[in-house]
Amino acid sequence: MLSRTADHLYWMARYIERAENLARLLDVTYQMSLVPQSPEAANQNWNAIIVLNSLEEPFAKAYGEPSAENVLRFMVRDESNFSSIYSCLRAARENAHAVRGTLTTEMWETINAAWIDLRAQSFEQIMAGGITEFFEWVKLRSALTRGVTFGTLLQDEAAHFIRMGGLLERADNTARILDVKYHFLQPNGEGEEGGVTDFYQWGALLRSLSAFEVYRKVYRDVITPARVAELLILRMDMPRSLHHCLDKVNHLLGLVGNRQSSETLRRAGLLHSRLHYGRIDDVLEDGLHEYLTEFMDDIYDLGNRISQDFLVPA
Amino acid sequence: MNKPSFFDEMNGADGAVRSHYQTYRRWLSETPDERIARKRAEADIAFRRVGITFAVYGEEAGTERLIPFDIIPRVIPADEWKALKAGLKQRVKALNLFLHDIYHDQEILKAGRIPREQVEGNAQFRPIMRGVDVPAGIYAHIAGVDLVRAGAGEFYVLEDNLRVPSGVSYMLEDRKMMMRLFPELFSKHKVAPVEHYPDLLLETLRASAPNGVSDPTVVVLTPGAYNSAYFEHTFLAQQMGVELVEGRDLFVDNDTVYMRTTQGPQRVDVIYRRIDDDFIDPQVFRADSMLGVPGILQAYRAGKVTLANAVGTGVADDKSIYPYVPEMVRFYLGEEPILNNVPTYMCRKPEDLAYTLAHLPELVVKEVHGAGGYGMLVGPASTQAEIEDFRRRLIASPEKYIAQPTLALSTCPTFVESGVAPRHIDLRPFVLSGKEVTMVPGGLTRVALQEGSLVVNSSQGGGTKDTWVLE
Repeated sequence: MLSRTADHLYWMARYIERAENLARLLDVTYQMSLVPQSPEAANQNWNAIIVLNSLEEPFAKAYGEPSAENVLRFMVRDESNFSSIYSCLRAARENAHAVRGTLTTEMWETINAAWIDLRAQSFEQIMAGGITEFFEWVKLRSALTRGVTFGTLLQDEAAHFIRMGGLLERADNTARILDVKYHFLQPNGEGEEGGVTDFYQWGALLRSLSAFEVYRKVYRDVITPARVAELLILRMDMPRSLHHCLDKVNHLLGLVGNRQSSETLRRAGLLHSRLHYGRIDDVLEDGLHEYLTEFMDDIYDLGNRISQDFLVPA
Repeated sequence: MNKPSFFDEMNGADGAVRSHYQTYRRWLSETPDERIARKRAEADIAFRRVGITFAVYGEEAGTERLIPFDIIPRVIPADEWKALKAGLKQRVKALNLFLHDIYHDQEILKAGRIPREQVEGNAQFRPIMRGVDVPAGIYAHIAGVDLVRAGAGEFYVLEDNLRVPSGVSYMLEDRKMMMRLFPELFSKHKVAPVEHYPDLLLETLRASAPNGVSDPTVVVLTPGAYNSAYFEHTFLAQQMGVELVEGRDLFVDNDTVYMRTTQGPQRVDVIYRRIDDDFIDPQVFRADSMLGVPGILQAYRAGKVTLANAVGTGVADDKSIYPYVPEMVRFYLGEEPILNNVPTYMCRKPEDLAYTLAHLPELVVKEVHGAGGYGMLVGPASTQAEIEDFRRRLIASPEKYIAQPTLALSTCPTFVESGVAPRHIDLRPFVLSGKEVTMVPGGLTRVALQEGSLVVNSSQGGGTKDTWVLE
């Protein structure tokens, strides 16, 4: 298929997944802020979202000090912020529009309808309807798009690039959420591991990744940070884990491989095998933050290589 | 002003329903109004959902409008279509022979049948095409010939569109919509099918591949998502099962055209291009074009790729050449033209200009290079101020204009706000030239929805109707 078409499909999927993950991240932050904490700690928590997206400068310019209200405003509905949920869904729709002929009618209508709905609402209207409901809506639209895509689209290259885009974005986002929250939640010696506060905080993190029930089912035990990390990084059958995403990306790359993509395949394979054979004790011993930072760099590199090999060849 | 008498497609001068419309008319009067209203609303929703829209120039960027669809079909009896078809084949054949001739031996100019300066001095004449051999000598692979029917029921050719004629997707979607809304009508009538148009088009394009290419790769080249006809480009590519490409998806290497694919460069043999000559190659024509492909003309002239339509067809559908088409038919085919030309006054000629200026209120004045219904004067429908404005323009640059008598375009009953009323229509059949000249029966019927208006272009508020050729 045309490289440009593949590029639009890949980014369409990335932007939808990004909107979903952003909704998840904002949601968990919001849930955590409901647990009693000092105002400083709360604001620091919101600020972490800005830092995570490297948006300190534009945010400070437009809003000044971070608070729950203005971070939400900035990340949900601000049209000038290219990382907001609004901008992500707009970009997804623009990419879809450019390759409408490749999409099924159901896909186009789902993506277009989401955009039309969002465009019609101001931030105040969103807040009035309930921010949690809004995050649910974003997640549901993303799930719907995924559903009609795999329920209606021919499983050829187009589908492969759509999946690849979504999975790379998801891996990156899971790593980010885990990095920022793990750092914030790390036991500081006070209280005992597995205590009540931990339960709510880790519980919120797991819920935001649809992993709360999964955790229960897999471990049948109290929530501990190490197990949360293991579940989200190494657990192959957990759909949002790094291992799961890289396993699928690896497979898809094998399906679309061309004459110049062997180095990309090798790197993806290497990254996958580190997750496949890794142990959580080693990861934590070396430092989770360091581990995740390296992973995010590798994912970034992989994305660039996929672009060069398939999507925007020189 | 004396009121011209119009030919109505459904109702004869005596008020009786014409025989080929009788079954339909009976059905219409027997069908409850509520059902018709419901079906019309259904059509509107369906067209909007599929996104059959066109962008309107001069309005806010990205403005998309629905082209109004009228549910009363335009019906053409079999014998009438037979004559039209023969006339269209003859005319398009002659036009292709003319294009080949003027870019090669110029016999028709040497014979003095058309003034040389009319051809070579024309902005649409492309000297770069001199001596270039195109496969099978076909220049206009796709022609959209605009026909109108005048007061006495006779047809005239209004324009030969030989560059990038559009509208065929509406023809196909209108049929699909009618069959969906009123399947019972198709069991009452033997309507000739049109749905195989994309197959015919693909066959035509494949037959035009460069010599020696047995299994050609065909693509549709679009200016992009903001073009007014983008929907049609997407539609045709999808229906033919070929790639829809933009200029940036193609590149030229060693006089060969390739497209960038996820599996590496893939050779392209035939390009159905929906981009004007001026924008197709920044190395040859407009250097500021971002839509074209640098070097593609070189590959084209080397015979490595086919462009459909060919470069330089605009000289044959220009309004200043139009008056000579009947002469082309006689010169190349040795036949009398079957289709009528509208008598045309060429304002560059002093005597024609004098006549035009003296009769402005009853004439239609058109810019020689205009298209899409922009920049024309319809005398009988214009104010004194508009007429005087055109008079000044004519005197300032007469060579830019032609004038024609105002044709009493035929009418067809159409749903309007006040109910069913006659509205003026035209017909654009799409004529394909490959191994042979073919077309699907009928074409696109456009209707001017404003009462009394003679301008059917969609950019001027025109709508469309399904066109039935009865078998």
